[in-house]
Amino acid sequence: MNDPAVELLGVSRWFGGEQNPDDRVVAVNSIDLTLRRGEFFTLLGPSGCGKTTTLRIVAGFEDPSEGQLMIQGKPMNDVPANRRPVNMVFQNYALFPHLSVVDNVGFGLAVRRVPAAERRRLVAEAMALVQLDGYEKRRPSQLSGGQQQRVALARALVNRPAVLLLDEPLGALDLKLRKAMQLELKHLQEQVGITFLYVTHDQEEALTMSDRIAVMRGGDVLQIGTPAEIYERPADRFVADFIGESTFLETTVEGVQDNHLVVRLGETRMGARVNGGRLQPGEQVTLALRPERISVASAKGAGSTGLAGSVNEVVYLGTDIRYVVGLADGQRATARVQNARGQQSTSLKVGDAVRLVWDPEDALPLPDPPEGPSQG
Amino acid sequence: MLRRVPWGGLYFLVLTAFLYAPILLLIVFSFNDSILLTFPLRGFTLRWYQALFEADALLGSVVNSLMVGVASSLVATVLGTMAAIGVVRFRFPGRDAFLALAGVPLVIPAIVLGVALLILFRQLVDVQLSLWTIGLGHVVINIPIAMLIVASRLIGFEDNLEEAAMDLGAGFWETQWRVTLPMSLPALLAAFLTCFTTSFDEYAMSVFLAGTDPTLPIYLYSQLRFPRRLPHVVTLTAVLMTLSIGVLFVAEWLRRSGERTSTAPEVTA
Repeated sequence: MNDPAVELLGVSRWFGGEQNPDDRVVAVNSIDLTLRRGEFFTLLGPSGCGKTTTLRIVAGFEDPSEGQLMIQGKPMNDVPANRRPVNMVFQNYALFPHLSVVDNVGFGLAVRRVPAAERRRLVAEAMALVQLDGYEKRRPSQLSGGQQQRVALARALVNRPAVLLLDEPLGALDLKLRKAMQLELKHLQEQVGITFLYVTHDQEEALTMSDRIAVMRGGDVLQIGTPAEIYERPADRFVADFIGESTFLETTVEGVQDNHLVVRLGETRMGARVNGGRLQPGEQVTLALRPERISVASAKGAGSTGLAGSVNEVVYLGTDIRYVVGLADGQRATARVQNARGQQSTSLKVGDAVRLVWDPEDALPLPDPPEGPSQG
Repeated sequence: MLRRVPWGGLYFLVLTAFLYAPILLLIVFSFNDSILLTFPLRGFTLRWYQALFEADALLGSVVNSLMVGVASSLVATVLGTMAAIGVVRFRFPGRDAFLALAGVPLVIPAIVLGVALLILFRQLVDVQLSLWTIGLGHVVINIPIAMLIVASRLIGFEDNLEEAAMDLGAGFWETQWRVTLPMSLPALLAAFLTCFTTSFDEYAMSVFLAGTDPTLPIYLYSQLRFPRRLPHVVTLTAVLMTLSIGVLFVAEWLRRSGERTSTAPEVTA
């Protein structure tokens, strides 16, 4: 029982190139993933990164071109989709328009010849779970998007799959409903204890719901980690840019001092985290900073320290104010200040001279992402 | 004040009259108390309709046409549906060639097919001409019609419905039975009705393939030689016209109701 819920071992999927391997279009490039039981695992990436193909390989709609797929310790490569212990919630829900809501939800049970009485009980349970009681006799076309979403969930969950696969299930909902459904899905997952494999291109959605996230690009998995790990310690520039907002600054390494990396930006020395080492003095390195971790102070006061610059742009966001600051060497940094009372830095105007300061722990030297096919 | 001339409306009226006045005329003459189809009208009568029900040979040909029509349409719909599923759902070598070839009977003049089939039946395999040979000919011209109607329905399916069924545990045949077939039912009916009307009207080919039992169009055409029977013909065509228009309306309505259930449901909160 300790086998992982899902394991992908060196799984690839490519199209074409039967004659010449160079002509292959690679959708998934030799990825390894292990989903623990009961985990909410998200594949996150821009469109064309291979996340949906990966999901469809687990579902059985695509065959891996190479590599091994295991579900609960059993090899699945040769098991057809209809015999796998997984169920899917489709992006467009794919509800059967000719069947009522109960018949949609009971479809999997009917196919597996579950006796009618048992079926009714399980369907009623699933309907209650997604709070759809009272809609039994409706047709899918008579339901709102959010309700259809719940039917799709109930239709999959009623079969008690080992893994529930979700393909951008919230994509078609409007913002408010999407936020509500994010929390609801997360609670639902905790309640039923089923492993969720979730696909999305929405980084905020991924951070909100997931236990762990795999960030994908161009068929590769770039990083796997908890939301905090991915956000606080992005593995490379692409991840730092894709998850949340990042400011990137080109700097020159000076050396290490007090367990911190010292870098030079123009004439100013700033601190950064020692990230694995191997950096030599004089080497160029890109720092990634989260805008909310950069403090902005007016440079009027004498003896102020930090990186000098002037405000190029002020964007009022309601909860925050974003300053785009132009530095002496032409680079631009973005800082985000909470719009709270008592924050003196909320009143800066375009053209004001400012100083930027950050905690060295928040400035992360990053390698560039590995060369890969650019995503569409 | 200048009144604008409603050209659009006028065009519509002229076109409609052009299309439907002859049919209307038939219906009018079927109630006219004269053997000659000329104006002025002589008065209202139902005697042509009464005579129609006493014309045994005529009614016999109607029964022949019904039998041939129902049987050939059933066979054509079943074969056409299987072809449509094959073409829409699977990729196989020669698929494009198959698609092109399957559509050809639609554009071959029926008279050519008639001659070709006549040679096949008489010279090559030596079968007696009968309603069976007519029916076989009608199956040939109806398969592409049925295939196209059903295929257009299958293509209009939401992408993932069959995948969803398989994901929920259904194999290929169970998926066809539980999802594809019920959702295609309106299209199957529409295909059947369209095939039936085609078969019921067909003359050019049937006349080559007919044995001693005529179908209705063949019988009607043979009756035109006898002026006294002309009112029978007019009356019968009036009845048939009304029936076929009715059938076509039902077929179209079924097709549309099928499309309605397949359109992606609107997504609102």
